[in-house]
Amino acid sequence: MIAERPEAARFVGQRVPRKEDRRLLTGKGSYVDDIVVPGMLYATFVRSQVARGAIRSLDLEAARAVPGVRAVYGPDELAQIPVDIFALYGLPNEPAPVQRPLAVGRVTHVGEPLAVVVADTRYIAEDAAGLVFADIDYEDPVVTMAQAANGPPVHEGLASNLSAQAATPDDPELDRIIAGAAHVVTGTITHQRQVHTPMETRGLVVQKQGSGELSIWQACQSPHMAARYYSIAFGLPDHHVRVIAKDVGGAFGLKVQPGREEIAVVAAGLLLGRPIKWIEDRIENLTAGYQAREQEMRIKMAFDADARLLAAQVEYDCNVGAFPAGADCNSLGMMMFPGPYKLPRYGFKAKGWYSNTCGQAPYRGPWMIESLARETMLDKAARQIGIDPVEIRLRNLISKEDQPFSMPTGPVIDRTTPRETLQAALDKIGYKAFRAEQAAARAAGRYLGIGLAVYVEPTTMAMFGVLSSDVANIRVETNGKITATISTHSQGHGTATTMAQVVADELGVDIEDVTVLEDDSSRGGFGPGAGGSRQAVSGGGAAIRATKIVKQKIMTIAGHLLNANPDHIQIKRGVITVEGVPDVNTTIARVAEAAYLDPDRLPPEMEMGLEGNYRYRPPPIVFSNATHACICEVDGDTGMVKILRWVSSEDCGVMINPAVVEGQIAGGVVQGIGGVLLEHASYDAQGNPTAATFKDYLIPSALDVPRIEFAHITTPSTTEGGFKGVGEGGAIIAPPTMVNAVADAMVPFGRECLDLPLTPSKLLAAIVAVGK
Amino acid sequence: MSEHKITVLVNGDPVSATVEGRRTLGDFLRIDAGRTGTHLGCEHGVCGACTVIVDGVAVRSCLMLAVQADGAEVTTVEGLAAADGTLSRVQQMMQDEYGLQCGFCTPGVVMTLTALTSGNALPAEADLRDALSGHLCRCTGYQGMLRAAHRLSAEGQKESA
Repeated sequence: MIAERPEAARFVGQRVPRKEDRRLLTGKGSYVDDIVVPGMLYATFVRSQVARGAIRSLDLEAARAVPGVRAVYGPDELAQIPVDIFALYGLPNEPAPVQRPLAVGRVTHVGEPLAVVVADTRYIAEDAAGLVFADIDYEDPVVTMAQAANGPPVHEGLASNLSAQAATPDDPELDRIIAGAAHVVTGTITHQRQVHTPMETRGLVVQKQGSGELSIWQACQSPHMAARYYSIAFGLPDHHVRVIAKDVGGAFGLKVQPGREEIAVVAAGLLLGRPIKWIEDRIENLTAGYQAREQEMRIKMAFDADARLLAAQVEYDCNVGAFPAGADCNSLGMMMFPGPYKLPRYGFKAKGWYSNTCGQAPYRGPWMIESLARETMLDKAARQIGIDPVEIRLRNLISKEDQPFSMPTGPVIDRTTPRETLQAALDKIGYKAFRAEQAAARAAGRYLGIGLAVYVEPTTMAMFGVLSSDVANIRVETNGKITATISTHSQGHGTATTMAQVVADELGVDIEDVTVLEDDSSRGGFGPGAGGSRQAVSGGGAAIRATKIVKQKIMTIAGHLLNANPDHIQIKRGVITVEGVPDVNTTIARVAEAAYLDPDRLPPEMEMGLEGNYRYRPPPIVFSNATHACICEVDGDTGMVKILRWVSSEDCGVMINPAVVEGQIAGGVVQGIGGVLLEHASYDAQGNPTAATFKDYLIPSALDVPRIEFAHITTPSTTEGGFKGVGEGGAIIAPPTMVNAVADAMVPFGRECLDLPLTPSKLLAAIVAVGK
Repeated sequence: MSEHKITVLVNGDPVSATVEGRRTLGDFLRIDAGRTGTHLGCEHGVCGACTVIVDGVAVRSCLMLAVQADGAEVTTVEGLAAADGTLSRVQQMMQDEYGLQCGFCTPGVVMTLTALTSGNALPAEADLRDALSGHLCRCTGYQGMLRAAHRLSAEGQKESA
């Protein structure tokens, strides 16, 4: 199969086996907890047991007396190491609270770190941590958004709990359009708090070396971003911080930015001068790492008599917790609300609120509320107006002819296929046949439902400073093998495979001859790694351009060696030939030998060595798009939801590796299903997290998931390689798809279910209220 | 804290250590025996990442104490591939079916599937799926590992025969 494809695309587009798998399947991965450094100690944290109050005293003496304890640091001791904690993406914020690695003076949420214990073993560190006594004057916490809006400020020095706000200007015309519309649909959608829960928690090993250099092994989303963060936070020169992350066990936004604990451990390492390891445990991860999503959107949508959108107005609030990784109010979600629809007029008001809960951080598709709100309201509108949910979308979706299409909020949508993916999804799931099946099932007392959702996903996000570019260095080594050092980073993304596919095709070599390196901040230049579904677009673009440079050098040298015009040089599978001269050839290995070891054979004045370097700046936004469809059954006796079918119909441009693309979509979809049906990082009225283990915080298991069926449409983007990005989409579109399917199944009961998660007890209550 | 001298046969190699009574088998394997292929994902017995095979049975090494494994034969994910590097049947199917992404939960999944399909066992697909529900994976949506389980099951073997 592969041999029959044109040389230019032997690997791109193919389901190439992953290079990472052999290592990971045989226990030879290298995750942060696998790192052992001579003399290494173990850290654990003492955390606040209450959500809010003034710290009267912190008694560390009993902990210090435990044999094997090497240090117990409270905020006073750690203050010897100056550190500036800042928001990595540098989004514009309201005045932010000053954050220290350990709580100073007051506690603001359960789990806030109070002290760090460093000992010979983790067992001893935890024994000692249990002996620290914190005397805290308990105050009633601000837990919910409603409490935050009216309650006392979480942070001293801030006038209120408002963390950020954004709004479109007052628009009387918008109000007038809504007032005069033939149909106005209103609703409130509430998305509960979630936790990212990668299977590997956070963690690091820090080792001070020489006169102040730091080596840090860390579970992160980019060694370069982490190194940059530490160098700024601790005021160290860039090259004094080396961050290494060979294998990372999932991240999903959690590991973008070092948290307070990681910063505290680095500070402790600097203070103590010994290597220290900290591995977050699962309870800490679920209750005190970062959390995500707690948000509410109130929507008004106006339609004309033909169900064409006239205007929409939304109000939005989110609970960012006490110390969020970025205190914004989801402006991206507000910007994306119109989606792939012709929405002539739109306004929003958005607010973020501090509370005495764990801080929030971006989680896979942080802006997903826009799709959840828009798509669930479109279904509600269809029911209210009395037309089919497919029909209401067809009347309002943009088409190919409309593109490039300027959204009312600014971004320009181009080269997307909302209508085509919708049609493909309907065909695959058998929409019309399902409606007949549904009617028959209802007559028999079974409640089946179908949900659809359509969206465009802004990927790449190169409009945010640190996300502006990626860099690739493609080097042919002295033996002719290729080392591709790229500023991408995999926490499961498979970039060691996909980037090798891109390089191998561009250069004309076998994929086995390409090794991708991306695990060490001291190798290669700065790049942001994973975030914003950007690695295929930005990393792939950099890899192609850098490979073109080295290929040109190979052609120049080969032309010189073979006495041929460099433009007539061809490279296939590492063998170099001259067009039209079949018996003359050489290899990349021989060209490399000349380039490194035999300079007299090079063209005059040619630089020795054989490498290409390119820093690629992709467009600010690239648009992917998809339609998903789900069929589910709600059990009328238990309220349990069973997913019967799931179709993903997407257009992510050129697919480097369809198996990797489908893996990204499936993983995101199942996270989205978890968000709708299962997961809830809940709090009680005192601000205690009540989902502290995997027994309480339920993520989907193999018994909860459908077999996901895929349809692919490929419309290349204008970026180098034609890629679009696909990492977050599944997590964005699955929630509205799932909610719409449940709502459709629940139609006989006439109750709106837009308060996530849609647990069996909630659905059963709605069923019982009406009666079957 | 009580200390105990134990010897555990890990992938065929005897490993001796003096351990506290409270040391988990997972920590013993990772720290004392240096077999870091076994991963600790929750340390409360739900996620399944730390699953190893003890005397033929799949066990969560975070819920078993090292002293309980004194004299036992333990197989970890490092002990499955052949000496020449050839992957085991389960490992190969996991690769073929794109059953992993980040790889953190993978060793546990591989050990459970290995324990249930060792020898000539041909479990029903539903039983393998049930067993997989004891493994949490946040990356893959379980699609690839369910395909692998299908191929390993009685139904899958019948199809390919």
